[in-house]
Amino acid sequence: MQETPRIRMLLGLADDALIHGHRLSEWTGHAPTLEEELALANIALDLIGQARALYQATGLPEDDLAYLRDPHQFRNVLIAELPNGDFAFTIARLLLVATAADLAWRDAATSDDSDLPAIAAMARNEIAYHIRHAADWLIRLGDGTEESHRRSQNALDALWPYTGELTVGIDRSAWLGAIEAVLERATLTHPADGWMQGGGRDGRHTEHLGHLLAEMQILPRSHPGATW
Amino acid sequence: MYSQALNTKDAAAADTSPEAASFQARIDAEERIEPNDWMPDAYRRTLIRQISQHAHSEIVGMLPEGNWITRAPSLRRKAALLAKVQDEGGHGLYLYSAAETLGVAREELVDQLLTGRAKYSSIFNYPTLSWADIGTIGWLVDGAAIMNQIPLCRCSFGPYARAMIRVCREESFHQRQGYEIVLTLARGTPAQKAMAQDALNRWWWPCLMMFGPPDTDSQHSDTSMRWKIKRFTNDALRQKFIDATVPQGHFLGLTFPDPDLRFDEASGHWQCGTIDWSEFRRVLAGDGPCNRERLAARQKAHDDGAWVREAALAHAAKQQRKAA
Ligand SMILES: [Fe+2]
Ligand SMILES: [Fe+2]
Ligand SMILES: [Fe+2]
Repeated sequence: MQETPRIRMLLGLADDALIHGHRLSEWTGHAPTLEEELALANIALDLIGQARALYQATGLPEDDLAYLRDPHQFRNVLIAELPNGDFAFTIARLLLVATAADLAWRDAATSDDSDLPAIAAMARNEIAYHIRHAADWLIRLGDGTEESHRRSQNALDALWPYTGELTVGIDRSAWLGAIEAVLERATLTHPADGWMQGGGRDGRHTEHLGHLLAEMQILPRSHPGATW
Repeated sequence: MYSQALNTKDAAAADTSPEAASFQARIDAEERIEPNDWMPDAYRRTLIRQISQHAHSEIVGMLPEGNWITRAPSLRRKAALLAKVQDEGGHGLYLYSAAETLGVAREELVDQLLTGRAKYSSIFNYPTLSWADIGTIGWLVDGAAIMNQIPLCRCSFGPYARAMIRVCREESFHQRQGYEIVLTLARGTPAQKAMAQDALNRWWWPCLMMFGPPDTDSQHSDTSMRWKIKRFTNDALRQKFIDATVPQGHFLGLTFPDPDLRFDEASGHWQCGTIDWSEFRRVLAGDGPCNRERLAARQKAHDDGAWVREAALAHAAKQQRKAA
């Protein structure tokens, strides 16, 4: 695969959506309420749909990109691949990632790429709902009980070192402003920016991605050339 | 079917009151009974049990199929499977709402499931061992559900009948999608074809059991038929399913795991061999391959979610105090 700058850019967006969507889909059957089952599946479906549109925009077969690349060829940010943790971790990550995605899509909407503006128009509507859903929950959890507050704060503390990579290429202060507005209502805080983890865009991932892909790719890898 | 455990004796005490007579007259006239209408206690109890068991089946049914979401072999299949499992959750939600109109809270119904006092369909106690199981479940399990649920669209209880109309539309979409997965495998590599055949071998008999025990064993049907909660007997629905499904399987080039399966020219029906009802009773009683795992998974989701539900309530209470 010849990774032109355009393909590399599209893969970054697409892999973020696919890997985060995959993590959210793991909640199916295990969510804290039936309504939340449906909501998380819905968000996962949106993200997988966005990934497909972006893979298709590369002109390469979408399933080859998703199923036949090795971990070091994936361009997603590390935060997307971290295991789900508890519900607070899943929700806090959704807020952090979706808020950054919204800013990235805002730029994409006005780019002169042949495909991106149309995909961005669809994605921005969906992301607006993801942000609202995550913010509503984080406010409930932060403000709810002592336990839910503690879990939410722990989640933010654990996730924060992964947010440096998330805001490369977008305006971090705009992102931070949007996050802080939610955290204030949730009575939560974020740690100061310190050492930030990175490398995802260059294919240097956490240990978790290999396991995620081993599971996701098992069928196409063990039946080369089959159609499904 | 999804409420197959109802096929037990529930002697509806003969009610000779004038209310009971006019209730039966409305049913006979094909009128819909609505939640605030007068109804015999036994009618209410039967419906709560049937609708909640149906709801539990939708929810527990998310687990065997959910098992393949992260391993679906293409992005198109992944999205379709996720959407399907989400639909099943939606069915559970409408059905719990329909049951709630009869005066029972969802929390109480979920508690009955988790404590083993309420049943769900035996079919979801079987494991999904390969991708072909996902196609086969859509084709056969959703197919069997449709056979059972189309008559329920005319059920005498309005909220249940209306829920079934929406649910049936989605189930038939699932059935076509499942069949298309099996078709793709049956036309695929030898390994894929073997996968499809193995799935049919494992799912065929349990699917026939979904319709519940033979009519000779099922005394419950009489009352349900009189109340128009049920319109066809277990055996009649099972036969409809076999007649519809066998030609589809042959078109796929698959073999049914029943050496006695044959077309009976005289009756125009496919006749199957003897169903092993001892397996059915065993699975229903808790000793299927996955009963314990399924309930444990539901229990774990419930327990892990407790702090989340408490937080939502606590936040809502704080908001209310602020507004007051
Ligand atoms: Fe369903
Ligand atoms: Fe159903
Ligand atoms: Fe279905």
